[in-house]
Amino acid sequence: MKKTLLYFVYSLLPTAYCLLPTSSYSQQDSSSSSQNAIYNRPFISLGKTNTAVGGYLEGNTNYFSEDGVTEGFSMELRRFNIFLYSRIHERIKFISELEFEHGTEEIALETALLDFEFHPAFNLRAGILLPQIGLVNANHDSPKWDFVERPISSTAIIPTTLSEVGVGFHGKFFSNAGTVAYDVYLMNGLQDGIILNEEGRTHLASGKNPEMFGEDNNGVPMFNARLAFSNSKLGEIGLSWYGGVYNSFRLDGVEVDAKRKLSLTAFDLSTAIRKLKIQGELAFVKIQVPEGLEELYGTNQYGAFLELGHPILKKKMLGFEDAQLSVHLRAEKADFNQGTFVFDGSKIGDEVSALSFGLSWRPLAGSVIRANYRYHWIYDFFGNPPAHLGGIQVGIATYF
Amino acid sequence: MLKYISLLLITAIALVSCSKLVPPEPAPEEVLAGTVPGLTQAQEKEHLVGDAFFGKVFGTADGLGPVFVQTTCSNCHVGNGKGHPSTMVTRFGNNQGSAFDYLNNKGGAQLQPRAIAGYVPEYLPSEANVITRRLAPIVMGLGYIAALSDQSILANADSADLNGDGISGRPCYVDPSSFFIPQSFHIPNNGKYIGRFGKKAEKVTLLDQVVFALKQDIGITSDFDPQDIFNPLSGNFTGDQVADPEVSSYVVNSLVFYMRTLKAPERRNAEDPDVKEGEKLFGQIGCESCHKPDHVTAVSDIEALSNKTFHPFSDFLLHDMGPALDDGYPEGGAASNEWRTPALWGLGLAETTQGGKMFLLHDGRATGIEQALSFHGGESQNARNAFFTLSETQRKQVIKFLMSL
Ligand code: HEC
Ligand code: HEC
Repeated sequence: MKKTLLYFVYSLLPTAYCLLPTSSYSQQDSSSSSQNAIYNRPFISLGKTNTAVGGYLEGNTNYFSEDGVTEGFSMELRRFNIFLYSRIHERIKFISELEFEHGTEEIALETALLDFEFHPAFNLRAGILLPQIGLVNANHDSPKWDFVERPISSTAIIPTTLSEVGVGFHGKFFSNAGTVAYDVYLMNGLQDGIILNEEGRTHLASGKNPEMFGEDNNGVPMFNARLAFSNSKLGEIGLSWYGGVYNSFRLDGVEVDAKRKLSLTAFDLSTAIRKLKIQGELAFVKIQVPEGLEELYGTNQYGAFLELGHPILKKKMLGFEDAQLSVHLRAEKADFNQGTFVFDGSKIGDEVSALSFGLSWRPLAGSVIRANYRYHWIYDFFGNPPAHLGGIQVGIATYF
Repeated sequence: MLKYISLLLITAIALVSCSKLVPPEPAPEEVLAGTVPGLTQAQEKEHLVGDAFFGKVFGTADGLGPVFVQTTCSNCHVGNGKGHPSTMVTRFGNNQGSAFDYLNNKGGAQLQPRAIAGYVPEYLPSEANVITRRLAPIVMGLGYIAALSDQSILANADSADLNGDGISGRPCYVDPSSFFIPQSFHIPNNGKYIGRFGKKAEKVTLLDQVVFALKQDIGITSDFDPQDIFNPLSGNFTGDQVADPEVSSYVVNSLVFYMRTLKAPERRNAEDPDVKEGEKLFGQIGCESCHKPDHVTAVSDIEALSNKTFHPFSDFLLHDMGPALDDGYPEGGAASNEWRTPALWGLGLAETTQGGKMFLLHDGRATGIEQALSFHGGESQNARNAFFTLSETQRKQVIKFLMSL
């Protein structure tokens, strides 16, 4: 074990050697604004016509083991997404995204929306949209990220990818100090499966339901808003909220249950100190659950991640003019149940922490080959000694 | 150029070759998992199917409830080991002196304190003047216990204490379930059979226990018992809008197979001199009169369980454990002060499934072995006294021995 670690560290040494002065890191990351993310994709600027087709592809190899139990080595074509964009008018845009996950195992229309710009500070958005929660949900395209997996806080706490039928407004205000961006939407919202699901815990992602694109389960829309501030020094910080009544308290006009609310609050940050790129997210869930289920289905959850990236080589490589090699580190934690046991008031477990580090090579800004090592400490509900999950992923993701 | 090709190559090789960077498997004696030795590949596969059902969390869409205690077997039998006090089951009744009413029309005998959304959970009715709690036991090695012949259980019984050692273990005769199919080693007694599972030995077979658990603990109906469990105070046939049976006999049988084929816990430090000394003392002070170390299975339809010697440290008989452990709750063929001797195997790993602490006895009231012994009374009074007159070193040795199980 020690030897292997040494070997690994040794393998990174040449990287250190390569730490030669390189040019600025800025052009690499154009993803910082969550609000613009859906239009911040290479295909849109390529086309000469008003309509453009693009997409991205993501494939990985995985080798994981949980306490010595492994399924071995496997390969997956995780995502194949097709974008269709149309500039109907200078100020009316349409964009859609069709996702195929694991081949055709899951097919989802993740986005299909219209944006009407009345004024840069006031745009109407309607359709299937990505709620603006935290850093990742509305800015989740695989080629933009340097780790194969999305952060735990962005999947198991914030249910990325959450797309919703909704309507609302977004806009930007510019000043010398920086830019303020806002988003406000009404949407059908997550549904009952958040609790009493197959996860056995409060799990927002289990509240997704294909029917939510057709009609609301309770006739009370959910609300989402994000306020972000950015400037060239600070990068971008955002505060977002998503919530409302999630359960089917009314069926055919008859009240069959009490109303129960959900509230998801997130802070996000995306900045750089010199060449060190820093991204992070902190998310809190507060949720009402039926009486008697509070212990089993936590009423409070949180998750957080912090990701650092640093370029180590940026030059012409293998004929790619602006290729870049960078190292990345991510620390993350999620507590799925912040409650206490009724029987003695001690803290309920149900937590996971993880550390990942990796290398990524980008021949172009929108294409990445990445390799990462991930280690999880998984605590069960009762706080028993943790299970350990560790593994290696190598993947490729590219816009086209 | 060469520089970074070699860098990439070295990194790739490091990544691919470092299977050691992934977490190693714990030693087999440190975990409560794994199959009995000698299963065929087909049996190993069947075991894995059962394992998945054992860990399956039932949600509303699967037919959970409408009232329930927990959502999965493995929340109570954590990692196949002893459960945590937060998941204990509660049973209640009304003791009327001459008769005992299990208050079935008020949600008895077992309390389902949780319900699916929009449904009313059960609560303890005011008539409940007896309330008992049960901590989930370890479920390792049960296949061996199921493969014991009735005759070998009876061989240890001494209902009238003819040998005068103060210990009068008796078999617990109970009515078998409607779907009970006796095997050649089952011996009926006036239509009743010896119960061997459950803390008061009220279940004859693992099948009985699994069907019961699905329904009473999780609110899941099966081919064997297709009638959902409702809170009678909120109305029958309301609540869980999932067609019954909610799981097929395939699921039930896979669960039973899983229970049958989980190996017996393996010992740790068995050769340690203190452990050996403790083991000797354990026999000398009379613990073994109930916690019988050695048993041999009868011929079983699973070859790997046929004629096998195993070491559960139990006689599977009922004993009067005295007033401190009398829960006031008669059940099956057992009186309120009677308990089936629990197997002691896996005791040393209790902390790994009980949240880093130890909760012993039927309701987890003892947080250590000495404390568990301080509650031993009735037939076990003499052994208990003998234990507490041992020197401190000797007591430690006995405990060290128990922790090696
Ligand atoms: C709510 C907690 C809980 C759940 C859920 C639960 N059990 Fe149990 N289990 C117990 C308790 C408590 C006992 C002891 C019962 C008694 O004394 O009557 C027990 C006993 C058993 C036994 C007998 C063990 C012995 O040594 O006698 C088996 C086998 C078993 N359970 C299997 C299962 C299976 C299979 C499931 C899932 C279908 C399950 N249990 C779900 C709490 C639970
Ligand atoms: C008369 C039979 C009898 C004798 C003798 C006896 N025990 Fe027990 N033992 C039991 C029963 C029955 C229980 C379960 C009681 C309960 O759950 O409330 C038990 C429980 C235990 C437990 C807790 C097990 C658990 O999983 O919670 C330990 C440890 C134990 N005994 C050790 C001993 C030792 C050591 C001795 C000798 C000093 C001893 N016993 C003597 C019958 C006996």
